Amino acid sequence: MSRAYELRGAPLALETLGAWLLALVWALPLAYAIWTAFHPAEFSARFVLTAPLTLANFVNAWEAAPFARYFLNTVMLVTLILAAQLILCTLAAYAFARYEFPGRDLAFALVLVQLMVMPDVLIVENYRTMSRLGILDSTLAIGLPYMASAFGIFLLRQTFKTIPRELDEAARVEGASALQVLWKVYVPLARPVYVAFGLVSVSYHWNNFLWPIIVTNTVNSRPVTVGLQVFSSTDQGIDWSIICAATLMTSAPLLVGFLLFQRQFVQSFMRAGIR
Amino acid sequence: MKNRLAAQVHGWLLLLPAVVLLAAFTHYPAVATLWNSFYSTAKPNRPSAFSGLDNYREMANDPVFWQSLTNNLWFALGTIPVSIALALLMAAWVNGKLRGRTFLRLAYFVPTVLPMIAVANIWLFFFTPQYGLLEQLTGLIGVPNQYWLGSRETALGCLIVVTIWKEAGFFMIFYLAAFQSISPALYEAAALEGAGRWTVFRRITFPLLMPTTLFVLVNAVINSFRLVDHIVVMTKGGPDNTTSLLLYYIYEVAFKFWDAGYASALTMVLLVLLGGAAILQFGFLERRIHYR
Repeated sequence: MSRAYELRGAPLALETLGAWLLALVWALPLAYAIWTAFHPAEFSARFVLTAPLTLANFVNAWEAAPFARYFLNTVMLVTLILAAQLILCTLAAYAFARYEFPGRDLAFALVLVQLMVMPDVLIVENYRTMSRLGILDSTLAIGLPYMASAFGIFLLRQTFKTIPRELDEAARVEGASALQVLWKVYVPLARPVYVAFGLVSVSYHWNNFLWPIIVTNTVNSRPVTVGLQVFSSTDQGIDWSIICAATLMTSAPLLVGFLLFQRQFVQSFMRAGIR
Repeated sequence: MKNRLAAQVHGWLLLLPAVVLLAAFTHYPAVATLWNSFYSTAKPNRPSAFSGLDNYREMANDPVFWQSLTNNLWFALGTIPVSIALALLMAAWVNGKLRGRTFLRLAYFVPTVLPMIAVANIWLFFFTPQYGLLEQLTGLIGVPNQYWLGSRETALGCLIVVTIWKEAGFFMIFYLAAFQSISPALYEAAALEGAGRWTVFRRITFPLLMPTTLFVLVNAVINSFRLVDHIVVMTKGGPDNTTSLLLYYIYEVAFKFWDAGYASALTMVLLVLLGGAAILQFGFLERRIHYR
């Protein structure tokens, strides 16, 4: 905003106070969980500065449920979905951005339908499909409905359209095939968009819960979110210190990633939202 | 001529893998939902059969459906305006020259990257009777003990609070981007004209933010019908279905009572609501809001 409308003096102080109060309220639940997770159970809701720190809650949580397996499942799931999305969306976006063929606009409209009618809502029929395919309770079953992402296709199509056709034609004159042009010209130029889409996709599928809890029912395929729910609802009763430790553990990779690449994250979410 | 045909074939081939998956997991299930909503659910002693509008009749007479729908509308009304207003406020603060902007942005945005299922566990602890932080705080000012998540009056409110907390920082990002794209020249011109702070917001900032607001609004509407993870953790729809939202009810009908036919009819309602949101976005609002 222009200098004429910058705050000074008392209003500035007031707004700063408001902003900080809101931030503290926003940080409170997480701070509370961190406190509880790193202290013995008797301090879980008592805030004494001299309370001893401990990692025992994390050790107990880790040993009480197969979290290592859950993490492995989630990492495999997220990788599988992202890899499939990157390939499928790149090819489709390229077709939409640079090819003329009958039915293109109709196909694009049909792709956009998925922005509104997400797989998250079509749980009944998709469950039936997975059951018919005989792949219930597998990483593939969790991932399949998300692999062709309308969001990814849309985002990449917009980006590819901004790339000058001259670059494309120059590469073709040198004898490159369509796929070579895509790989050598379009993909490198769209790198920031790929990073943005990747971050959004990874955090979405790391956090996803409803569909995974429906299609999985054993340790072999459960991602961490489902594992955490099974763990905290059955095994633990109400030992909050251990539940908080488990909760932090499952969010830790995203949280650490976010703290390390904060600017990248924020810009990615921003880029992903603007067309 | 031959080249053009080759290009058309290439185009379709590139599109094919994505189209097959989209058709299999978006378009087919949407149509199959409609189809199956006219069929009864198969039972061990009786196969699925065409039942006309029976599922819809059952729905019209099902008080839990009506309650879930009403809850969902209240949930949307409770979460959407507040989280959008807070997002706008947060963006204005983070965009300004306040002290500690980096911390502010971090604090506002962190809930967005955490799994809903994880934060719901934290909030569950927060709301625990006698023991949780909220009880300790209200105890200090002398409010008697309250079972926040277990009483009909407060349970939905608790879920609304959690959702606002989770979403506001996400929406803030879009406003932040929008703020940064507004030309400073506009404000300089307004300053020359001697316009006041409020006039500037009402006449310049707010109208220029309209496309963003529309985008955020549509996202918020979709989320209010899509996000039920916290219900599974915090209330399981209770007490007395006061926190059951539409998708959660579909989940219960389909995977606890295993009544797929009825769940299909319920899903149709959800699809119609989401379709309505789509029409609102592309047909009506988009035409009235264009500043580019």
